[in-house]
Amino acid sequence: MFFWSLVLIAVGIFSSFIYGRSRIKLNSKKQGTKSKSLPNYYAQYVLMWCLFPALIVYFSWAIFQEQIIQNIVISNFEFIEGAVYNEGLLLAEIRNVANNPSFADGKSIEIINAASHYSSLKQISQISFYTSIIIMMLLGALYASQKLKPEFHAQHTIEKYIQYILIFCSSVAIFTTLGIVFSLIFESLRFFAEVSISEFLFSTEWYPFIPIREGQTAAEGSFGAVPIFAGTFLVMVVAMCVAAPLGLLTAIYLAEYASQRVRKTVKPLLEILAGIPTIVYGFFAFVSVAPFVKAFGQSIGIDASPTSALAAGMVMGVMIIPFISSLSDDVINSVPQSLREASLGIGANKAETIKKVILPAALPGIVGAFLLAISRAIGETMIVVVAAGTAPNLTGNPFENVTTVTVQIVVALIGDQEFDNPRTLSAFALGLVLFVITLFLNIIALQIVKRYRERYE
Amino acid sequence: MSNSKILANGVDVYYGSKQALFGISMDIKEKEVTALIGPSGCGKSTFLRCINRMNDLIEICKVSGSIKVDNEEIISEKTDVVSLRSKIGMVFQKPNPFPKSIFDNVAYGPTIHGLVDSKNELEEIVHSSLKKAGLFDEVKDRLNEPGTSLSGGQQQRLCIARAIAVNPEIILMDEPCSALDPIATAIIEELIDELRLNYTIIIVTHSMQQAARVSQKTCFFHLGELIETGETNKIFTNPDNTKTQDYITGRFG
Ligand SMILES: Nc1ncnc2c1ncn2[C@@H]1O[C@H](COP(=O)(O)OP(=O)(O)OP(=O)(O)O)[C@@H](O)[C@H]1O
Ligand SMILES: [Mg+2]
Repeated sequence: MFFWSLVLIAVGIFSSFIYGRSRIKLNSKKQGTKSKSLPNYYAQYVLMWCLFPALIVYFSWAIFQEQIIQNIVISNFEFIEGAVYNEGLLLAEIRNVANNPSFADGKSIEIINAASHYSSLKQISQISFYTSIIIMMLLGALYASQKLKPEFHAQHTIEKYIQYILIFCSSVAIFTTLGIVFSLIFESLRFFAEVSISEFLFSTEWYPFIPIREGQTAAEGSFGAVPIFAGTFLVMVVAMCVAAPLGLLTAIYLAEYASQRVRKTVKPLLEILAGIPTIVYGFFAFVSVAPFVKAFGQSIGIDASPTSALAAGMVMGVMIIPFISSLSDDVINSVPQSLREASLGIGANKAETIKKVILPAALPGIVGAFLLAISRAIGETMIVVVAAGTAPNLTGNPFENVTTVTVQIVVALIGDQEFDNPRTLSAFALGLVLFVITLFLNIIALQIVKRYRERYE
Repeated sequence: MSNSKILANGVDVYYGSKQALFGISMDIKEKEVTALIGPSGCGKSTFLRCINRMNDLIEICKVSGSIKVDNEEIISEKTDVVSLRSKIGMVFQKPNPFPKSIFDNVAYGPTIHGLVDSKNELEEIVHSSLKKAGLFDEVKDRLNEPGTSLSGGQQQRLCIARAIAVNPEIILMDEPCSALDPIATAIIEELIDELRLNYTIIIVTHSMQQAARVSQKTCFFHLGELIETGETNKIFTNPDNTKTQDYITGRFG
């Protein structure tokens, strides 16, 4: 249904465009004056007035139709006294029967009646859908065509409309983000209604199980997130220990030593590294790196667990190398050539120039790159899910398994859970903490990078 | 002649496949100011940057021919570029102080070359370099402020101080006054006149008056060729070549 309506709308806007064009030409010829804008703008004006009403109809049907029909069907359903109904299941059954008559066999008469009710409502809705689209398009075009006078500034109006459209598009992203943030906050509030904030932030026991039956005291949950934050921090530190030196040295090589040709090939290659799906890294961490870490730990007399902060951190470090190297390379490159020439011109060699002039000048930008990489590392999920473990463990030993915020969110949400107990709600609280941390890191990083840019532009 | 400091012979420079200099030969005397003049794009900067091998930084730039500094060939794989550059200071068109303090800017060269053993000695060099560059009195109270906080003219003199702090023998200047106002320009020109007593100076300039005021020798470049070279007086009053004549009288370029 929605496909054919799109075709209908396309035909509508196409003909409205043609109509608008010929109409304004005719009108200006009749009045013997030249129109204020080019004919195309008048055509676009009619087109927009034709398109937007149609889109409004289209989306209201897409959003509300099913819900309204279902409500009507349910409210007219002949409930049998005494029987227990699950509304969701009932609706699914009715829909099935309506869409596929062969399912009708063996269903009760109420369901079959409801199904035919459903189908007829659907048909009515469809007919009114198409008629409303056509009517709205006609009305819109009619309104617009009254304005098609040569003295009307169509171009100005079009530009204003385009501006509205652009504002609308950019606000979609903003409002979606805001919506996500608010839902995070509200769900977290629900969580904190059951678990105190101080327990969440300062207690060291993470045991997110709740009694399934009344009075099952043995399984009283406890929600101290400290081990989780500690695990996140540990993995992040390991990752940065790998990524910071490798990434920075790579950047220095690319920016200062590599020939143009090498740079042009290596940089995109590194950026491809950033595009590898993180589950692939996780797989690699689990299958190749973790056993190696375990064996290495044993060879130096440390009892390493099969999944460890070290394995996850090292692989994550590799994953964020491109962030650091690529950003730092940009920053180092934007240090003005004149500073290099000044230093070399005095007789400094390349290493001295890099150490004493380039890196100090680029430092703020490099710090910004590090912070962005850190926030990426903290938010990373798949690698740690696979390679760091899921059991909370308050430890500073990277050979042990730890768990991270993102892993616990995954753990809390898998399985079919209702969103009404602290275990699932804890995901939102953890998500909120994660969000706040990465938000601050990003803001600080972007601020630093920006200030740095301003200094050299 | 015995006191020739820089002796160029048949220098060709290519940027990729494009030839920028055609067989430049030149003899630059010790403790003289030589001005390089010519229309934009004729290769003055390119030649200047050959003398301290600054063109090495440009990947596509290829230099051939011979340039001897103190009778030593410098267009060669074997040249020690670092020591060459410590002997030849360079001042650029746009002042380019490091984003460090005024003091550290000047101290940079002496420190990396290990010219000083103590803090006092370093201070000595920094102060005397700033004095030679005629900047000391203006900045002596704020040596710890960033060099970039100075005015354009002061920055340029800071760069000159930075260049002479390593005690070079030659100073190359690529349009050192083009970003400055007439007063700052006059100060730098005076400075050049003083520096001439101790240094060999090559200056690229677009200002005929400046060339006439500060230089003893003038070389006129055109389309990558050295058209005429001689006493500044002679070039500006009675050039041999009609192209030179046309240029200095402002008929082209
Ligand atoms: N980095 C470079 N890459 C390619 N070509 C260059 C480069 N630098 C200079 N050239 C070319 O070499 C020629 C000489 O340039 P050069 O900068 O030496 O001229 P100039 O005499 O200093 O000019 P101006 O007075 O404008 O500074 C020009 O044609 C220029 O296009
Ligand atoms: Mg130049």
